[in-house]
Amino acid sequence: MTAPTTTATVRVVKNYDKPFWRRVLLSRETAIVVLLIAVAIVSASTVRGFNQPLTLTFLLLDVAPILLIALPMTLIMITGEIDLSVGSMVGLSSVTTGVLVQAGAPFGVAALAALLVGVIGGAINGFLVTVVGLPSLAVTIGTLALFRGLAVGLLGTTAVTSFPVEWTALAKAKIAGTAIPYIIVPFLVLLVIFALLLHFTPFGRGVYAIGLSKDAARFSGVHVERTKFVLFVLAGVVSAFAGIFYTLRFGSARGDNATGLELQVIAAVVLGGVSVFGGRGQLYGVIAAVLLIGTLSSALRLVNVTSDVINIITGTLLVLSVIGASVLAFLQSRRRRPAPTPTVAASAAS
Amino acid sequence: MTFAPKRVLALAAVAVTAALALTACADTGSSSPTSGSSGGSGNLSITFLPKNLGNPYFDTSAKGGQAAVAEFGGTFNQVGPAQASPDGQVSYINTATQQGVGALVVSANDPKAICDSLNQARSAGVKVVTFDSDTETSCRDIFVNQATSDGIAKVQVDLIAKQIGDSGEIAILSAAANATNQNAWIDKMKALLASDHPNIKLVDVVYGNDDDQTSFDKTAALLQAHPNLKGIISPTTVGIAAAARYLSTSAYKGKVALTGLGTPNQMRAYIKDGTVTSFALWNPEDLGYLAAYAAEALIKGEITGKQGDTFTAGKLGKFTVGADGTVLLGDPFVFDASNIDNFNF
Repeated sequence: MTAPTTTATVRVVKNYDKPFWRRVLLSRETAIVVLLIAVAIVSASTVRGFNQPLTLTFLLLDVAPILLIALPMTLIMITGEIDLSVGSMVGLSSVTTGVLVQAGAPFGVAALAALLVGVIGGAINGFLVTVVGLPSLAVTIGTLALFRGLAVGLLGTTAVTSFPVEWTALAKAKIAGTAIPYIIVPFLVLLVIFALLLHFTPFGRGVYAIGLSKDAARFSGVHVERTKFVLFVLAGVVSAFAGIFYTLRFGSARGDNATGLELQVIAAVVLGGVSVFGGRGQLYGVIAAVLLIGTLSSALRLVNVTSDVINIITGTLLVLSVIGASVLAFLQSRRRRPAPTPTVAASAAS
Repeated sequence: MTFAPKRVLALAAVAVTAALALTACADTGSSSPTSGSSGGSGNLSITFLPKNLGNPYFDTSAKGGQAAVAEFGGTFNQVGPAQASPDGQVSYINTATQQGVGALVVSANDPKAICDSLNQARSAGVKVVTFDSDTETSCRDIFVNQATSDGIAKVQVDLIAKQIGDSGEIAILSAAANATNQNAWIDKMKALLASDHPNIKLVDVVYGNDDDQTSFDKTAALLQAHPNLKGIISPTTVGIAAAARYLSTSAYKGKVALTGLGTPNQMRAYIKDGTVTSFALWNPEDLGYLAAYAAEALIKGEITGKQGDTFTAGKLGKFTVGADGTVLLGDPFVFDASNIDNFNF
């Protein structure tokens, strides 16, 4: 290969000369899954009130919006981009649904309009990032304020609460005979779609390639701009869907719904092993991370730990996981190459 | 590429299933967590859920609640979200349901959004008392109301009448022009002035939009436009503090009376320097105290929340449940130089 693609090439070589089982066992994702299982076991056996079906129901209802939005966010962050406007889009979708229902539209129509708003909002992000060429961090900080401003502007300080009971009941209903709420069904459908997209299509391979090296990806024939545009639209529409769920679950459309949700999503995606520099990450790690944070918060609330302390604990976990990953990567590169050539070491660490 | 798609996907599926199944399996094995609380008779563990934590107003109400719970020998706990959001409260309501607490004492961030979780808690045997901010009546057993519109209007008219000698021009500095509460109070104040204080003339109502700077400017304009003004009523905590700040450094200090609804921490300096003689609000400590006793009475089955039920709330005495399951704390509390240092909110 030629000089510009050195980084990508070295990484591929580096990962493939380990056996599969070692890659899995030592991976960041596995660590999160193990931690999730450990936290679940410890909580179930020591925390009073945790060991009951209600816990699972409440937990999944609480994390459902994060789970949903984490799917497109994972792909976006693997390309090395970010979308900070998702929480505001949840709010805007919620308000859109509310305003239309208040104006007399059937709920289905209002929900479709909210999804359309999601597509448009995502397309605005995508347009500014790919066509205009602005950094996604700056663009989505802007649309974070813009979407939230529209949401609050449309409803002011009032709330719409007149949603059809059959819909609000559906948002909280459990699958017959289980403690699992129905919202998990659309989530699993989306999970399968996103997993297939990421792992079994040229589009998905393009996503990783863009994150490793945008220029190399472009030279290899990946439609860099088109891929990113599609991902931002997906983030918009999935956020809008999460907004409809959010509205129904709480039976209340408010301009300030889901304020700060984007940070919870991004924290989970990073904890789940997605590199903020792009090129690295797996959906299962992210899902395990969302469930880990949810389970931990649920257990800590049950032992009357205050919200501030819960934030401190999840924040520390996030920082430790990032440090741990860097240290692990460093140790592996040292151990596996006793006499590294300077160029390889430099590019592997980059 | 850097991964083996099929195996990774399979692992992902296994991991998620395992994680879910693990929690789900854990579910079926255990006994009911609400043991001891069902029936709602003896479980005196009472959880306060304010709009948010770290809010001096709710710290004060929690102090009252804690004192009451200590008196009747229950367990007091206060939890809450860091930001005043309904979804944050729902998580804590759900947690209380899982814990099987005896009663939940809530100040609602949204009258509707937390309804379903409150009702889920109630069907699990948790008694629900709202205080400060009510939910819809179908979602709680009792609402402990801090003050009625009539009481709030009357105390402000009485205070201004006393301070200006029951005659002369007054004006009102309100919040937003369409603020529901303030407009209801202003209408009642106008009626009271007309019927009981014929010599007091309300010359103007201005709106500071609950914005500090706007309220400050409106106060200045008001005093310029009405040179004979003897008093100002500001039925909003933002307005009264801004008006007091203007008066305290102006020539009108001590000449134009100011009263209304304020909080002790905002108003302390102006009480001490003589700008303001007295103002009103309810006492959040008593509010928390009463809410805790209402929770106790519900848990013990002494009351059910229907109109006419009576219970005794320690040092505050006997209370009767009114229409819509509402218990009224009483007349607003008047703060002046003699008592303001007893409060921190």
